[in-house]
Amino acid sequence: AIPLDFDISSPLTYGTPSSRVEGTPRSGVRGTPVRQRPDLGSVRKARQVDLHSDGPSEDVVATEQSLGQKLVIWGTDVNVASCKEKFQRFLQHFIDPLAKEDEDIGLDLNKPRYMQRLEEINMVGEPFLNVNCDHLRSFDENLYRQLICYPQEVIPTFDMAANEIFFDHYPDSILEHQIQVRPYNALKTRNMRSLNPEDIDQLITISGMVIRSSQLIPEMQEAFFKCQVCAFTTRVEIDRGRIAEPSVCKNCNTTHSMALIHNRSMFSDKQMIKLQESPEDMPAGQTPHTVALFAHNDLVDKVQPGDRVNVTGIYRAVPIRVNPRVSSVKSVYKTHIDVIHYRKTDSKRLHGVDEETEQKMFTVERVEILKELSEKQDIYERLSSALAPSIYEHEDIKKGILLQLFGGSRKDFTRTGRGNFRAEINILLCGDPGTSKSQLLQYVYNLVPRGQYTSGKGSSAVGLTAYVMKDPETRQLVLQTGALVLSDNGICCIDEFDKMNESTRSVLHEVMEQQTLSIAKAGIICQLNARTSILAAANPVESQWNPKKTTIENIQLPHTLLSRFDLIFLMLDPRDEAYDRRLARHLVSLYYRTEEKMEEEYMDMAVLRDYIAYARSYINPRLSEEASQALIEAYVDMRKIGSGRGMVSAYPRQLESLIRLAEAHAKVRFSEKVETIDVEEAKRLHREALKQSATDPRTGIVDISILTTGMSATARKRKEELAQALRKLIQSKGKMPALKYQQLFDDLRAQSDAAVTKEMFEEALRALADEDFLTVTGKTVRLL
Amino acid sequence: AQNVPNSDWEKKVTEYFKEKLKENNATNWVPSLNDVPVHYLKPNSLVKFRCMVQDMFDPEFYTGVYETVDLNTNARVLHFGKYRDVAECGPQQEIDFNSSKTVTSERQTFYCVPVPGESAWVKEISFLTELVLSRVSPSTSYTPSRHKRSYEEDEDMDLHPSKQKEQHTGNSRSGGDIHGCVEPKRLETEASAGHHLASTNCSPPLDLNFPLPGEKGPACLVKVYESWDSFKVNDVLEVYGVLSVDPVLSIVNSEERDSSTLDPMECMDTTEEQRVHSPPASLVPRIHVILAQKLQHINPLLPACLNEEESKTFVSNFMSEVSPVRAELLGFLTHALLGDSLAAEYLILHLISTVYARRDVLPLGKFTVNLSGCPRNSIFTEHIYRLIQQLVPASYRLQMTVENMNRSRFIPRKDYAANRLVSGVLQLASNTSLVVDETQLEQGQLDTTGVRNVTALGNLITWQKVDYDFSYHQMEFPCNINVLITSEGRSLLPSDCQVHLQPQIIPPNMEEYMNSLLTAVLPSVLNKFRIYLSLLRLLDYSISEEVTKAVEEDFVEMRKNDPESITADDLHRTLLVARFLSLSAGQTTLSRERWLRAKQLEALRKARLQQQKCVNGNEL
Repeated sequence: AIPLDFDISSPLTYGTPSSRVEGTPRSGVRGTPVRQRPDLGSVRKARQVDLHSDGPSEDVVATEQSLGQKLVIWGTDVNVASCKEKFQRFLQHFIDPLAKEDEDIGLDLNKPRYMQRLEEINMVGEPFLNVNCDHLRSFDENLYRQLICYPQEVIPTFDMAANEIFFDHYPDSILEHQIQVRPYNALKTRNMRSLNPEDIDQLITISGMVIRSSQLIPEMQEAFFKCQVCAFTTRVEIDRGRIAEPSVCKNCNTTHSMALIHNRSMFSDKQMIKLQESPEDMPAGQTPHTVALFAHNDLVDKVQPGDRVNVTGIYRAVPIRVNPRVSSVKSVYKTHIDVIHYRKTDSKRLHGVDEETEQKMFTVERVEILKELSEKQDIYERLSSALAPSIYEHEDIKKGILLQLFGGSRKDFTRTGRGNFRAEINILLCGDPGTSKSQLLQYVYNLVPRGQYTSGKGSSAVGLTAYVMKDPETRQLVLQTGALVLSDNGICCIDEFDKMNESTRSVLHEVMEQQTLSIAKAGIICQLNARTSILAAANPVESQWNPKKTTIENIQLPHTLLSRFDLIFLMLDPRDEAYDRRLARHLVSLYYRTEEKMEEEYMDMAVLRDYIAYARSYINPRLSEEASQALIEAYVDMRKIGSGRGMVSAYPRQLESLIRLAEAHAKVRFSEKVETIDVEEAKRLHREALKQSATDPRTGIVDISILTTGMSATARKRKEELAQALRKLIQSKGKMPALKYQQLFDDLRAQSDAAVTKEMFEEALRALADEDFLTVTGKTVRLL
Repeated sequence: AQNVPNSDWEKKVTEYFKEKLKENNATNWVPSLNDVPVHYLKPNSLVKFRCMVQDMFDPEFYTGVYETVDLNTNARVLHFGKYRDVAECGPQQEIDFNSSKTVTSERQTFYCVPVPGESAWVKEISFLTELVLSRVSPSTSYTPSRHKRSYEEDEDMDLHPSKQKEQHTGNSRSGGDIHGCVEPKRLETEASAGHHLASTNCSPPLDLNFPLPGEKGPACLVKVYESWDSFKVNDVLEVYGVLSVDPVLSIVNSEERDSSTLDPMECMDTTEEQRVHSPPASLVPRIHVILAQKLQHINPLLPACLNEEESKTFVSNFMSEVSPVRAELLGFLTHALLGDSLAAEYLILHLISTVYARRDVLPLGKFTVNLSGCPRNSIFTEHIYRLIQQLVPASYRLQMTVENMNRSRFIPRKDYAANRLVSGVLQLASNTSLVVDETQLEQGQLDTTGVRNVTALGNLITWQKVDYDFSYHQMEFPCNINVLITSEGRSLLPSDCQVHLQPQIIPPNMEEYMNSLLTAVLPSVLNKFRIYLSLLRLLDYSISEEVTKAVEEDFVEMRKNDPESITADDLHRTLLVARFLSLSAGQTTLSRERWLRAKQLEALRKARLQQQKCVNGNEL
């Protein structure tokens, strides 16, 4: 059916068709060479059958009676002419009503989409037309069905149609070869596991991960034979991988005289690729399935092992012949997919387009269930109690983690020069050993799709960020990503945060505020996205919580890092009788109830997971007027509390935290608007967490400055008082140029009522030195 | 012979075999691949195989129905392709692949290995029961002369248990060797397997991919035709099916390589992959499954399925004599643990523990015991393991030496070149006893593999899961393995409970002492122990409202008196001890007395640890 105007039999030509240029300039549909499509298999010469003749009419389902055409391709219901006509109509008229894909950059959405694509081909000169099957389906259901069922016959027809239109419009265009149509996004199959014998020879789309790719294999397309006797030559096309070697020379009738001439045969590039189903699609406890792909011509080397791809292609099954001499055949087929189109799913990840919206598909019923759930009054409580039900109480912590799972709305301020605002919520859990911190972390890690779990003790800065490695096979340098990059758009759980060494922790500074990772190593300088929420767990320094000390003193983490956590929770052993009683009851019930009973009680983990995924990808709440007012008030209040005692205690970071928390809470309700109740809950949670972590044990007052300066306000006040006392003491001694260090210390101790340690004394001295009141040299203190 | 394709017949086949196998011990008449070497079995006969799913291959499409054409007469005949590897046709016939009557169907291949660490007694006993029955009605596939000989040998062994034991202990010098008493016929299997390999003379010996080093027995490609989704990796199955050892299957490999290079299938698989996925049938036979069932346990002394009516009487009969059996077992273990009855008590609790549920990530019912205070560099730990091996159906002793940790592969890893899951030590079936011997550990440096192995072992103990390495990602496989750690001081691995051994007697000759212990036990008593441990593990358990209250009160009270030392963890542990204590006495509910006893045991255990700390402190 394809016009073969180009003379391949010329003895002068050799190599790929493009190099065989005859009359220049060539243009138009007649002048551009056809390139064979090995991806469609060796085209069985499409036999056309007239329906009125003796053809096997039971194979024909419906024909286009209206068009008066009776010819269909044998074994199908495809009528070439009508099929071509319909596809041309599709190309010329299709306008995508839902256009929003990132591929559409530079396209006018109100004009026929594929005509613009053809224009692009004319300009760029890449003769491939990618067609979204979804578009085709919305345009013509029947044509779509034909494409899915008989891709081998329909795609060449599409090729013809596209070329005719193209050369009508751009008769002077010069292309390497004729345009090939590449359909993608066939909805036939999504999952490798659901492939079954019915899919054979149909167009399918599956997703998976490339695990291995072979070397380039030259595959013979056409064999060239020459008679050894009379030098008569002939060409034989490969049919399903086999050459029918001519046994008799047609010219001189000598038997077995034909010899294959290798360098005059035609070859095409081919590559074998192994695709493994993605970990998300796999049922628990089973090993992943793999499927072989064959890529042809320019699709060779388009993907590398490790890439996540969506592959559209034709599913094939070929019988294995045991031995040509033995007639029995292994009754098993080998299956593979001839690739027509690749679409990488993770290449966009580095560009910052949120791809989750496209990826996670929800059925209509599922969405209904989720929406119904979101209407419930107590959805917030419900979800938080569904979170790690085996962990007892700690309601506020669970709520905090729940909000972290939802995250805030992502805001882009790149245009105003401030870059992205962080939408992720970071949480630090801190507390006694054995308060099931690790268990909570494990739970979260298991719940979120892109979670990473590391332990502070074992991880290095490199393991967290990224490192450059030499690939053992290709000897190329490759960038291997660490836990933080891998958990982009997910949650990175770091256990034993306090055991992490200083340099490793410093990496987190950038990640936790800017959400990026900069790498400069082995000549590779780059900035990777690491939009990850951090859920960290730390033990107190003295391994047991010391109630007499502040949080900071107990965990001894740099306050620059601490201020980057939106919520810091303490997990302490409450030592309260009522609590003990409830805990005991809870634990006892764990030990005899069966699994089914437990599941009934709580929300399914899968539902929770879907609920979160849905909210994360579809809900993007904005602040309402009242909510902004409430936030402003809250912030002003926070500032006021501090300013009462003469110092600032709330910083913009706290305001941002509040906003994030409020947004996350709105997401929980599936609300597009942040209302006052969200702000209230955010305030409450923030206060609860603060109350625990920022309470000055000496005064019992919540003091945010503990978090921001690492020192409580009272401690600071006391420091100042001591310095003043020291100044007074020195001044009372009258004009003396120098004082003995020890003497001064003893005097000060004698004077003040509270105990003064050496450190406190030195700090006071330093404070005075800062004021240029005195200098300390060795054991003497000089006044200035 | 076959007529029109009819989907009903497939159902009828399974129904028919299901019914047939129910009849008076019919299952015992079917020769088992576990006991009989492949070359003594008739091809295409019904066999059974008790195995663990080690890997799952990709589903394969086969010709469910195909048509052959006679080249001379042009006569067309339809054939069924189910339960076969090769589509047969006569010498003058050809298969018509383009026939419209061809039906393509799907089946799944599992790579199965014998249950890793299966104790010798399990193999022996299941073999004996079969022999006794098959003598009455000899199965078609045995060669009678051979059959008789091996039977006599086994009988001989049975009559002189002491002799057998001697042989047993004599054989297994190294601790890692589980299959101490290798029957002579097994040796023959290997020899013949080696011979087969030599005859094909194409490639180095095939790695059969057993999880544990030194394992023997046939690996098998099990082809499953229905509901393969219900099976998981590491499931223990008993399959009944058609044995296929067609030599054509082996020819495929060698011939395909030198056949025409134009075959598109040729470049699809690497040679490694071919070797792994279609190994010679003489080494790795195929079984086309007609019936497959998951096994709750592999103890041949117990009825396979405990929910059936007949087995209920068995259970109730046994439960009536639980107390004396427990007492005897306790005595036996006390002697084995050099007179320490507390440690023996905890060992019983450990041996009947099992993960009965998972609460999100938390496995419930695991009870890892760290037996500290074991004498260093003595054969004591080895003998303890040997005792456990005699009691449980599957076990493995892991010697934790620096070299072992650095060298061996613990975590199964996906080999993408061969497209298979390369097994590791931690790929074990449910309820396998893993005895980690830490007394062997010397100072030294762990390399990356070593650290990963130790981490994996730690994860296994804490979360009862193993993260298999899929190179681009990891995948979590839950497991249910009883880990017992023997160590000198406190183990470096986490554990649920540490028991410090306090020997009451120091036997002058450990070897002699331990051996005499085993010989002193009557085989019938030993079998009772085995039933006891396997059966109690499977019982249900509950706590009444009343006792819950009491426990609550108790906990609150304890916390009041000593909030520092009693934590939620302690309550967890005490509840576990109480659970297994009740079960070990055959009681399925917790009583107040048991709760108190559990508390008492815990107190004793803790006091010992405290005491130990003091002793160590003084030494320092």
